[in-house]
Amino acid sequence: MKALKVIYTIWFREYKTFMREKGRIVAMIGQPLLYLLILGKGITAGMSLKGSSDVDYLRFMYPGIIGMSILFTSIFSSISIIWDREFGFLKEVLVAPVPRWAVAVGKCFGGATIAMIQSVILIVMAPLVGISLSVLMIVELLILSFLISFAVTSLGVIIASRMQSMQSFQMVMNFLVMPLYFLSGAMFPMSSAPTWMKPLMMADPLTYGVDALRNVVFSETMIVVAGNVQQPLVEVARTAGLIRWSLSFDVAVMTASAMLLAVAGAWVFSKSN
Amino acid sequence: MPEIIRVESLVKKFGEFTAVAGIDFNIEAGEIFGFLGPNGAGKTTTIKILATLLKPTSGKATLAGYDVLTHPNEVRQSIGMVFQDQSLDDRLTAEENLWFHAMLYDVPNSVFTERMEQVLKLVDLGDRRSSLVRTFSGGMKRRLEIARGLLHHPRVLFLDEPTLGLDPQTRNAIWHHVRRLRDEVGTTVFMTTHYMDEAENCDHIAIIDHGKIQAVDTPAALKRMIGGDKVIVGGVGSDADLEKDLAAKYNVEVQKVDSEFHFQMQSGAEFVPRVVSDFSGRVRSIQIKQPSLEDVFLRLTGHAIRQQEGSAIDAMRQGVQLWRSGGRR
Ligand SMILES: Nc1ncnc2c1ncn2[C@@H]1O[C@H](COP(=O)(O)OP(=O)(O)O)[C@@H](O)[C@H]1O
Ligand SMILES: [Mg+2]
Repeated sequence: MKALKVIYTIWFREYKTFMREKGRIVAMIGQPLLYLLILGKGITAGMSLKGSSDVDYLRFMYPGIIGMSILFTSIFSSISIIWDREFGFLKEVLVAPVPRWAVAVGKCFGGATIAMIQSVILIVMAPLVGISLSVLMIVELLILSFLISFAVTSLGVIIASRMQSMQSFQMVMNFLVMPLYFLSGAMFPMSSAPTWMKPLMMADPLTYGVDALRNVVFSETMIVVAGNVQQPLVEVARTAGLIRWSLSFDVAVMTASAMLLAVAGAWVFSKSN
Repeated sequence: MPEIIRVESLVKKFGEFTAVAGIDFNIEAGEIFGFLGPNGAGKTTTIKILATLLKPTSGKATLAGYDVLTHPNEVRQSIGMVFQDQSLDDRLTAEENLWFHAMLYDVPNSVFTERMEQVLKLVDLGDRRSSLVRTFSGGMKRRLEIARGLLHHPRVLFLDEPTLGLDPQTRNAIWHHVRRLRDEVGTTVFMTTHYMDEAENCDHIAIIDHGKIQAVDTPAALKRMIGGDKVIVGGVGSDADLEKDLAAKYNVEVQKVDSEFHFQMQSGAEFVPRVVSDFSGRVRSIQIKQPSLEDVFLRLTGHAIRQQEGSAIDAMRQGVQLWRSGGRR
């Protein structure tokens, strides 16, 4: 009971302070718009996917951009542990008669909630890239966003708990977050990656998150393929190797990763403070 | 009065460095107990051990009957803490900061509003409850932290350098609130300071230097220990022998502080004419003073307390604060 109350309290503060940061909200809207614009008008012009000319690059990238936004938003949320340490608020939490693991879990829920808000912003942009939406799909996307973000925020909590300064956190992030993103299949499909890179991509939990996002995002869209035939985008993408696993497999892997990372995050946070 | 804090042979080492070198003291329920010592004396370290934030290297400490090592949760529930450095969330309002605290300390919703009114009134912040803490002055933040520390009705309130860096008016106001708290609520207050004049407000003072307690007593008793008045003699020019000659002539221990010579005499006032005639031409000034805690400290430790305002950490925090307010908001 006490632990639930603590989780709720920490979550509520994360949410409240987030809502007060207008700059962050503006960035959450502006950043994906910018990416879509650059990719849509720039990269797409000179890019086509090997062996899957029917799926244009922008449509391929859209789930990846959702994944990326969740990744960055979640990592940013976990930085709040370092802010709290630097500005003293963490002491107020640490001296309170509460289990520390619950504090860490509250942080993870907070990060996941903010990432869901980020996802909503992106889902609203779907028609811009030629993706059709349905209510079921939106619900599925929100659940996936939560799951992915919970995992990534937990990872961030593990790192932030061990970092003493903002600078060292940013260093680690550059060495970790960018590879996590590039290896997730968000920018290029695993089928076109060199053989040595494939095991690395398989080991990146985000790979399954992005695969799940594609499974869901492509599910409602019909595209015209050679010979003027209408086909579901999800089928075309699967045949072309852009989607590798089933949604349930992806979700199972993501859930397991999220649980594992959350437990590790709670443990590291308790031990290191 | 029963003892609410007991500390026995407490030691804290950071690697090779001994920050707290075996201290013993007891604090009675309902008193204001002060830790007086220079920066680096081990005051904060001791408080952190009592608040279960640091584990002692050896020794024992109990608070409200609970051992800090074996019952950390009970200890935490029994204390209110005002840290040396700020620990509010300045993106939240005063009320939200208090709500957060109430949730963590299990103050029921039904009494929260009433308690909040109470503690805010105690520190005169009732009308600012819905303002963001970011808009508060340093003194207001301190007062809010004191209010927050009281919200769950702790048995002991820890105040680590509560008046550091505040202007004299705010310092007085904070002292006023602390005394009111002790008188009206009966909370035991454990505070640290390196301001000598402030320590006078405490019921008991422990003088701490280099991790060791040099004396524990009431301010009055500590000053009596000095014995008599303090005589301060200023020499003419740079009279190198004056220190030696004063000591020899009156058989006293002379301490050179800045360019003046300090020593103790039973009745200072009658003594002035004697010095003037004994050292005519060599003495520029003579002052007689009641002994202060400063003198007690000097006597006990052999050196004056350094009044360093703002440590390196403060400077760093300020730098980050600037960066943060420029970059993040
Ligand atoms: N975490 C730490 N690691 C190493 N040394 C420390 C640590 N915390 C405090 N110290 C050292 O212990 C001594 C006592 O510090 P502290 O208790 O903060 O003094 P005070 O509060 O009396 O100014 C100082 O010399 C300080 O540098
Ligand atoms: Mg200190």
